Amino acid sequence: MEWDALILARIQFAWTVAFHIIFPSFTIGLASYLAVLEGSWLVTKNPAFRNLYLFWLKIFAIAFGMGVVSGVVMSYQFGTNWSGFADKGGSVIGPLLGYEVLTAFFLEASFLGIMLFGWKRVGPTLHFVATCAVAVGTLFSAFWIIAANSWMQTPVGFAWDGPRMVATNYWAVIFNPSMPVRLAHMVLAAYLTTGLFVLATAAWLKLRGRINAETRIMQRMAIALVAVLAPLQLIAGHESGKVAHAHQPAKVMAMEGWYETARQPAILLGWPDPVRQTTDVWLALPDGIGSWVVTGDADAVLPGLKTVAPADRPPVGIVFWSFRVMVGLGIAMIGLGLLGALLWATGRLDNARAFHWLAVPMGASGFVAVVAGWFAAEVGRQPWVVYGVVRTADAVSPVSVGAVASSLIAFLIVYAIVFAAGVWYIFRLADKGPEVGETAPTPPNEAPGSALAMVTETAPETAGATA
Amino acid sequence: MSGLDLPLIWAVIIGTAVVLYVLLDGFDLGVGILFPFARTRAEQDVMTASIAPVWDGNETWLVLGGGGLFAAFPLAYALVMPAMYLPVILMLLALIFRGVAFEFRAKAQGRDHRVWSAAFSGGSMLAAASQGLVLGGFLKGIAVEGRAFAGGTWDWLSPFSLLVAASLVAGYALLGACWLIIKAEGELLAHARRWAQALAPTVAMAMGAVSLATLSLSPDIVARWGVTMRAVDWPMFLPVAPAPLIALLALLYVWRRSGEEGSLYGPYLAACVAFLAAFAGLAISIFPYAVPFSVTIWQAAAADNALALMLVGVAVMLPVILGYTGYVYWVFRGKVRVGDAYH
Repeated sequence: MEWDALILARIQFAWTVAFHIIFPSFTIGLASYLAVLEGSWLVTKNPAFRNLYLFWLKIFAIAFGMGVVSGVVMSYQFGTNWSGFADKGGSVIGPLLGYEVLTAFFLEASFLGIMLFGWKRVGPTLHFVATCAVAVGTLFSAFWIIAANSWMQTPVGFAWDGPRMVATNYWAVIFNPSMPVRLAHMVLAAYLTTGLFVLATAAWLKLRGRINAETRIMQRMAIALVAVLAPLQLIAGHESGKVAHAHQPAKVMAMEGWYETARQPAILLGWPDPVRQTTDVWLALPDGIGSWVVTGDADAVLPGLKTVAPADRPPVGIVFWSFRVMVGLGIAMIGLGLLGALLWATGRLDNARAFHWLAVPMGASGFVAVVAGWFAAEVGRQPWVVYGVVRTADAVSPVSVGAVASSLIAFLIVYAIVFAAGVWYIFRLADKGPEVGETAPTPPNEAPGSALAMVTETAPETAGATA
Repeated sequence: MSGLDLPLIWAVIIGTAVVLYVLLDGFDLGVGILFPFARTRAEQDVMTASIAPVWDGNETWLVLGGGGLFAAFPLAYALVMPAMYLPVILMLLALIFRGVAFEFRAKAQGRDHRVWSAAFSGGSMLAAASQGLVLGGFLKGIAVEGRAFAGGTWDWLSPFSLLVAASLVAGYALLGACWLIIKAEGELLAHARRWAQALAPTVAMAMGAVSLATLSLSPDIVARWGVTMRAVDWPMFLPVAPAPLIALLALLYVWRRSGEEGSLYGPYLAACVAFLAAFAGLAISIFPYAVPFSVTIWQAAAADNALALMLVGVAVMLPVILGYTGYVYWVFRGKVRVGDAYH
């Protein structure tokens, strides 16, 4: 392999996007969870919900900040490192990213200020509205980003106009064949990631003797979520695989490790060898099961990678293994959710130490599965940036190897520092656990429009102006 | 949508986004630049608290500027970003340090606290300087061949771009000082007034120097202003003269009034006027080029249907965004109350 600007730019993009996706995966779920917690507090007046809200809000603030700054990087890398793609695809995909900024980014960023600092300035209802606005914003963001990425996986609704692509039908571009199921897959992944982290935190706190209303509520909400969503995620992932099989067959061949054309087996473990063009099978379900999984027909004879020109094949090893990591963790999540539900139903949850010890490391499983899944999806798309239309090699910027290499090193170092610090602060907050006696916000007692409210509202300003 | 000059409309929209970015993130980057000059940790806490609820929203205008350029003028984006590779990456890295420092600083103690305070101020300064380097390199022009950047890694670096960088740091610091006049009380307010008084003439000189240096970049620019080092073509210059004149008067106002007891919003608004005038001057120098002086906005524009689709989004969403942005500023109006944070 030659260390040219292309491979360095690809490593840089993989690094920055893998770092970035960790935080949205967490904050998409956490924002919704915070909205549920605050809503529950407003309805039930149970202070445990308020304590939980303020506890998770602190962690949310750190994770969200890291998602924002790493996201700004992504929006500029299309130009710095992938200007060929920007020029060719800008007219098709640009509006999708533009709509993300207009509908989601501003909403999240603006109401985040009220969410974090407005607790004492606006009433509880308006504060709840701000939380919901942030939660909705994160979902809008996911919608547009998945639409853009899915179009790059399954491009439709466009035509070439000289050197660039133009959209012939934006509806088709946005709701491209892989978009709906991939959106469901990603949002479920985000909710699961958050649920598993909340579950791990609750388990950790219980192991340390913090068995109280807060940790009980946290753990039960998280178990309910994982027990329901983890099986649904298996279905969403399966549907996503069927779409990929229909539109990106080489990706699925790499995921499954299929080289030969056959009634395909379902290889559970093995070692794909791109040089010998074969997969050494260690553990597999019989021939036909693989065909049945992607087509529903066990007798279907499906082509293997040998039918794909070598120049058009994705790197098989990375795709094969990251796919297995994702699926393996997904199955572990289903198990954890069912076990938790069983313990809950039989009233043994508080002191189930073995379960707690299992749940703590599983707190990382959502993050690992998300990153592995994106690796399978994105590396599986190679060597194309727009599948079957524009090669990644034709998308890269005409910049020097030195510039890309030095910026790559800078990103590696800076992200390592920032990540280590962020994770450290999040762990420290999680370890502290929710405060049981958080004070309620002290909103103005009068309706905002009333005369007395105006007096109390303006009092601090007048004091400041005369000081 | 035929009949509308969509690229022109989009140039105005992106110009507006950039101006709003500079006026809004400018003051919070400026507060970061002034951060090391605070006397006590309590003063520093007031400084960060004065921008904590709004900086994220402010920075979003940078995403709209960058994302908008990608979406509306993909060719310009594909030419400018590789040409400005290093300063853009530098700006992104600086914004990372600065952005995370808000949260980390609040959580850290002792040495870590000082490290993140330094990351906050250093990141703010570096981000401002990188933006100046990008602007300076952009104005000097970009080597283009076909539809690709054809220059070298260091093309953006010149005495001119360094001058623009230093000027922008001073300009943001002025916005920051004027913002603190609105938000601070007591000792910090007195510092802020002194900072603004010192920075106003500095920025006036910097703007003058950048303006004169800009004239040396290209005969195209001279032709638009009618001004050379030796002579002034008055019929040419008079119609465009208000831009530098208004900037000068606005900065004079900041210099004279920011020290006065009663002034609260005046200095910040006047500093904004100076920036708007400078931006108008910039527009006079380069319009209608998207990449000076090789690619016009019409050549760089995305397909008409892309511009039309996004225009619908802007027409619907921009008033909403401005509405709730205004609401957030209204919620956090008045002097800083440090105890408002959730941590």
